[in-house]
Amino acid sequence: MTLLRIDAGRMNDSRLLMIKSSIEKTLDNAERLNTELNSFLSIERESALNRASALDADSSELPLKGYPIAIKDNICTKGLRTSCGSRILENYHAHYDATAVSRLVDAGAVIVGKTNMDEFAMGSSNEGSAFGPVKNPWDITRVPGGSSGGSAAAVASGVVPAALGSETGGSVRQPASLCGIFGLKPTYGRISRYGLVAFASSLDNIAIFGRTADDVARVLGVIAGRDLLDSTSADVPVPDYSAGLSADITGAKIGVAKELFGEGLDPEVRQLVETAIENYRNLGAEIVEIELPHARYGIAVYYIIATAEASSNLARYDGVRYGFRAEEAGELRSMYFKTREEGFGPEVKRRIMLGTYVLSSGYYDAYYAKAQKVRALVKRDYLRAFEKCDFIATPTSPTPAFRIGERSDDPLAMYLSDVYTVSANLAGIPAISVPCGITDAGLPVGFQLVGNFWSEGPLLNMAARYSAEFPFTEKPSVFAD
Amino acid sequence: MDVRKVAKLAHLEITDEEVALYTPQMEGIVKYIEQLNELDTEGIEPMLGGLTDEGIATRVIRDDEIRPSLRQQDALGEAPSAVEGHFQVPKVL
Repeated sequence: MTLLRIDAGRMNDSRLLMIKSSIEKTLDNAERLNTELNSFLSIERESALNRASALDADSSELPLKGYPIAIKDNICTKGLRTSCGSRILENYHAHYDATAVSRLVDAGAVIVGKTNMDEFAMGSSNEGSAFGPVKNPWDITRVPGGSSGGSAAAVASGVVPAALGSETGGSVRQPASLCGIFGLKPTYGRISRYGLVAFASSLDNIAIFGRTADDVARVLGVIAGRDLLDSTSADVPVPDYSAGLSADITGAKIGVAKELFGEGLDPEVRQLVETAIENYRNLGAEIVEIELPHARYGIAVYYIIATAEASSNLARYDGVRYGFRAEEAGELRSMYFKTREEGFGPEVKRRIMLGTYVLSSGYYDAYYAKAQKVRALVKRDYLRAFEKCDFIATPTSPTPAFRIGERSDDPLAMYLSDVYTVSANLAGIPAISVPCGITDAGLPVGFQLVGNFWSEGPLLNMAARYSAEFPFTEKPSVFAD
Repeated sequence: MDVRKVAKLAHLEITDEEVALYTPQMEGIVKYIEQLNELDTEGIEPMLGGLTDEGIATRVIRDDEIRPSLRQQDALGEAPSAVEGHFQVPKVL
């Protein structure tokens, strides 16, 4: 509307106003829906509008110019709060941007806010946030999944077209499935982890939510690639992911492992995922049977390795250099104990203690060393499967979104939410969740495609082709437009 | 499982209520992870990290050049207590 009132000689000004007014609308939506969803821990109106104005004044072409994006609150953003959903970092403001964030900003994206999450990314429901649970936009009595549930809800509710999350065992794909959007976990090393607060360093990834496969492709293209600040970021060329989205998928081989469609899988989820696989066959893909004999050990391996690494990584929260310190703590050692006791929530304590236990003297070989060997077997299964197929199709989550409170007293039941996603993190390979239907209760369901190392492009192509032919058009009950 | 001992190793001052809550939960989880014992892993090389073969091949050495880093003021700026360029902690003894 603004355009109509501005003469042609001032087009640059009008373009600037367009970004600002669009970001203003995004911020209004974020604030309005947050009272229902609790998806944002902070909405950065001032910095977002300043950034939008600056972009309006700048005539240069940028790949994501004016693109609004939300960032999970365990990814550092200079000057903005980065709480990790934890009381121990409640008032922590990072002094630097994560590499993924600085690349987004350099590409013209506008950070709208920081999103709610399970404390330190430990959880599958978002009930573990120190700042209250996130609600699923499809049914606010249900969880959005986790741990990146705030980012998932922000995208699913139409506030932003894309958001960054993080994955250690499925924390983007599982909420993507439960919220009816796309979620990509890239190959380990594809996106720099610099500025991602460490949980389990050999498993952690920055991962991406998008309303469409193209949103994911655009964001990935900007943030992927080698970063000298993260020695585990790989020196592998970054293709033009968006350009590859419409390639023909005829003849693509999709592997299906029967053992992953058995016990514990909700019948409606099973039916929707099987239909999706049939749909791929109709698009010209070939379906082949494969075996992943060690996949069912993934959760056990994960809860040894992830907790072991977490117990070490979270040792840094001791009330000395940053974050919360307990009052009246007396002497130093007592200050450490009280700070950690008061600053961490129950799931974080459970995992720190489990990790401490599996690494403790006399148990190390039985648990940690054993888990590392089974991790090698999980990876070997995948490499063998990829000799027969290009992709592996599975459900993303064994169930649709569950009710808030339903699993919160049973940590093991919660852990099993990640049974289909965790193996890709153990192996280090990429995987994407694609929305494919809705249950009788009106809850979205996604399927997962797992690919070989560095196959993000082909995975996004498969996802985009699927959604072009079988679009998922339903909208959640809480939606911005 | 002696949860109190594990908590001490992890620098957590947990309460009696927490011990009562965590003990059965953690015993259940440990029982679950022990299913790995049914697998024969003789001769399998442990997988140490998420690095791929390509990742391992990534060049990690750079030139030893002075580059800007976090300023002292910023490094201390988030500390619960800092004095005269140092982090301040309660007495050690």
